[in-house]
Amino acid sequence: MKKRTVRSIPQQRTPVRELDPVVRSRNFEEVNCGYDEQEALLESQRCLFCPEPKCIAGCPVNINIPAFIEKIGAKDYRGAYDVITGTNLLPAVCGRVCPQENQCEGVCVVGETLEPVAIGRLERFVGDLAIANGWVNRPYIEPTDFKVGVVGSGPAGMACAADMAKAGCEVTVFEAFHEAGGVLRYGIPDFRLPNSVVDAEIDKLRELGVKFEVNTLVGRLFTIEQMLDELGFSAVFIGTGAGYPALLGIPGDSLNGVLSANELLTRCNLMKARDFPNVDTPLPLGKHVVVVGAGNTAMDALRVTKRLGAESVACVYRRSKTECPARAEEVHHAEQEGIEFHWLTNPVEVIDDGSGSVAAIRCIRMELGEPDDSGRRRPVPVPGSEFEIETDQVVFAIGTNANPIIGQTSKLKLNKWGYLETDANLMTSIAGVFAGGDIVTGAATVIEAMGAGRRAARSMKRYLGLREAIEEPSSETIFGIDAREHNFVRVKAA
Amino acid sequence: MNEFHSDFEIVAREDFSDVTFMLEVRHPMMARAAKPGQFVIVTSHPDGERIPLTIADFDAARGTITLVIQAVGKTTLEMKETCRVGTHLYGLAGPMGIPSHLGNSKKVICVGGGLGVAPVYPQARALKESGAYVIGVLGFRTKDLIFWDEKFRNICDELIVCTDDGSAGLHGFVTDGIRKALEVHDDIDEVVAIGPPMMMKACCDATREAGIKTMVSLNPIMVDGTGMCGGCRVKVGEIVKFACVDGPDFDGHQVDFDDLMVRLRRYKEEEAAATKRWSETCRMTQV
Ligand SMILES: Cc1cc2nc3c(=O)[nH]c(=O)nc-3n(C[C@H](O)[C@H](O)[C@H](O)COP(=O)(O)OP(=O)(O)OC[C@H]3O[C@@H](n4cnc5c(N)ncnc54)[C@H](O)[C@@H]3O)c2cc1C
Ligand SMILES: Cc1cc2nc3c(=O)[nH]c(=O)nc-3n(C[C@H](O)[C@H](O)[C@H](O)COP(=O)(O)OP(=O)(O)OC[C@H]3O[C@@H](n4cnc5c(N)ncnc54)[C@H](O)[C@@H]3O)c2cc1C
Ligand code: SF4
Ligand code: FES
Repeated sequence: MKKRTVRSIPQQRTPVRELDPVVRSRNFEEVNCGYDEQEALLESQRCLFCPEPKCIAGCPVNINIPAFIEKIGAKDYRGAYDVITGTNLLPAVCGRVCPQENQCEGVCVVGETLEPVAIGRLERFVGDLAIANGWVNRPYIEPTDFKVGVVGSGPAGMACAADMAKAGCEVTVFEAFHEAGGVLRYGIPDFRLPNSVVDAEIDKLRELGVKFEVNTLVGRLFTIEQMLDELGFSAVFIGTGAGYPALLGIPGDSLNGVLSANELLTRCNLMKARDFPNVDTPLPLGKHVVVVGAGNTAMDALRVTKRLGAESVACVYRRSKTECPARAEEVHHAEQEGIEFHWLTNPVEVIDDGSGSVAAIRCIRMELGEPDDSGRRRPVPVPGSEFEIETDQVVFAIGTNANPIIGQTSKLKLNKWGYLETDANLMTSIAGVFAGGDIVTGAATVIEAMGAGRRAARSMKRYLGLREAIEEPSSETIFGIDAREHNFVRVKAA
Repeated sequence: MNEFHSDFEIVAREDFSDVTFMLEVRHPMMARAAKPGQFVIVTSHPDGERIPLTIADFDAARGTITLVIQAVGKTTLEMKETCRVGTHLYGLAGPMGIPSHLGNSKKVICVGGGLGVAPVYPQARALKESGAYVIGVLGFRTKDLIFWDEKFRNICDELIVCTDDGSAGLHGFVTDGIRKALEVHDDIDEVVAIGPPMMMKACCDATREAGIKTMVSLNPIMVDGTGMCGGCRVKVGEIVKFACVDGPDFDGHQVDFDDLMVRLRRYKEEEAAATKRWSETCRMTQV
């Protein structure tokens, strides 16, 4: 193959089809339609196959990006899937929700002169093909006598469960809600991540033999210590997420009509309140909604309320658009859908309508001052700039704190913010109990939680004295049989 | 089936009145784990709401927990129709919340108003078992609504039953019952009061002056019951707490009941619409 250069590759990033903003802002269909085969092939031509690929270093789990893009180019999609799932268990999910602009795409060499390679869209293309074709990387599993318990069914728990099942353990995932998936289920709405994708990922785990026990609040139904001492688990992984929404802490924040984005999204997504009264959970909606915050959670809350029929939806954020933590694509989509943004604006009071409900939110303008500890310029209020926005519903999405239940019910060591303390191997203060994801790091990303689940699984295997299940590239033949065709992979003796 | 799994079968049911009924549900692991003061979240069918209900009793030997439910809206009215012996709940998660703190109080008044009679039972029993002198004060609107008075008589040293209309027992509210007990006993260490917010507020007012510690169990609107949504936030002192994970028991003298009552009205219109719709479709299917 002729060596590609920035000048020889397609100059334009292959656009992706999206639903029309006016139509989609009234329904819950997925906005981004994803690449078809032709589009994916075209975009794959834009990778330079750098000798020292920066994108790999930019990826939190170091997916071998040029290798999978090369496989796409050669139409070896199954091969591409094997490369990705070598490190990332959830390509269809991460291709959709990763903040690629801060990770792989943010450092892609092509991006220095042109728009970077659309790595996320290519990853999703492969992930969706895998779901459509039912591909699972299912190594030959040699059963062991170990029972592993996983607490929480978000991306961290799912990843750890998959790896431990592949290592031959009997894995049970415990979830407090009545459905599995964590934030992927109750938080991120269908128009960004359809439920069918989450279902498919969970089905894959079931195929690996993972059992799910929903409606199970660990800590209260049984404790972590009991899992080890009485219930026969050899090792436990805790991936209970961050949960516990932070409150506004301003006057009027307990008025009716003020609610957390988590409550709004849970009612809408998990409890399907958008179909009320055909389902029982109500989701009363304001006509003029204000969402405080500008992370992914805030963007989801904004776009959900818009879809539920609010007349106006506005975002209030104390820093500027440059500092906004949400994925760039979501902010862009929100703007297209007609959401108003008040950057550099901080709420100071929610105003009572006289009967305990919201009438307005009083805000103050901010300007950027000196950089703070995080290196971002600190927003400072502009004196005398207060103004009111009329609203009947205020949604806050200003971050989360550690969920207290595991801490309340076990002797596990917590850090000063209430998150679980772990060592370099992600083991907690109790031997055999590992933890990862948001409950260790505080609210982060799907890919980091997924990565932590896998790292914890590696440590857990060492702790149990299990060898690594080595997944060979599946294009190999074993005893003259095409491994890919038979969908199995050898386990190499350690 | 394995040890974690339960199919939430309803093994017994008893109707106390037109609106109040008791369900005994099989969940062996929960029956072992439950402690006084804790609650569960019930989902009666896949499209159902998650509703919090107090664990009114638990029996590790039988492997069951007991719920006492008042039919007040769509979900609970529907459960009254559909929850028959042999049927299954769709979801049952718990036990949730911090168990009641059974300190070393020597003499305690346990107050239950209306439906609060059921959730105060396990606390009264546990207090009795820990050696305390227990005075029960139960309040009902009228004679026909009285339930579990025998059950209480077995574990209380004294029992005062009050009815609003005087059709049985003491004519008056539970606060009158409390006052009556306080007249006789000047060494009450603690009052535990469970019932509608208005009643708990009145009980706290009745004990505030004498400075008797008064614990209440709050019932704000909940969704997950795991601390994730903040819908159940209540004001206690100057601090905002999440009733599902920081409670549901709180020091009643610190609780802002007015705030709680306003917040309980949050979904009034939607609840009324759902109930109306449900009773209309019910009537239609009946003809
Ligand atoms: C609305 C929203 C949008 C987001 N958008 C993005 C995005 O676009 N891109 C991105 O990368 N990240 C996004 N994130 C962040 C990302 O979803 C999280 O970082 C990630 O899900 C954390 O995974 P986890 O496995 O640690 O926990 P979670 O996904 O939070 O899962 C934890 C699970 O554990 C369960 N649980 C908790 N306690 C117990 C217990 N005691 N017993 C049993 N089960 C328990 C919970 O019910 C939950 O299901 C978003 C988050 C939110 C809330
Ligand atoms: C910790 C806790 C323990 C509870 N224990 C019990 C119990 O043991 N038995 C029982 O019958 N009920 C209990 N409740 C109340 C019960 O959850 C509600 O009655 C139920 O959710 C009503 O649902 P619905 O759809 O039938 O009525 P809805 O149509 O939702 O409401 C009908 C009426 O009930 C009121 N209501 C709604 N939610 C609540 C609530 N959470 N608390 C009080 N009133 C409410 C509404 O204001 C409305 O007037 C408890 C609540 C909490 C928070
Ligand atoms: S940095 Fe960009 S161009 Fe280089 S290998 Fe990675 S995706 Fe391809
Ligand atoms: S019910 Fe959601 S935080 Fe308490």
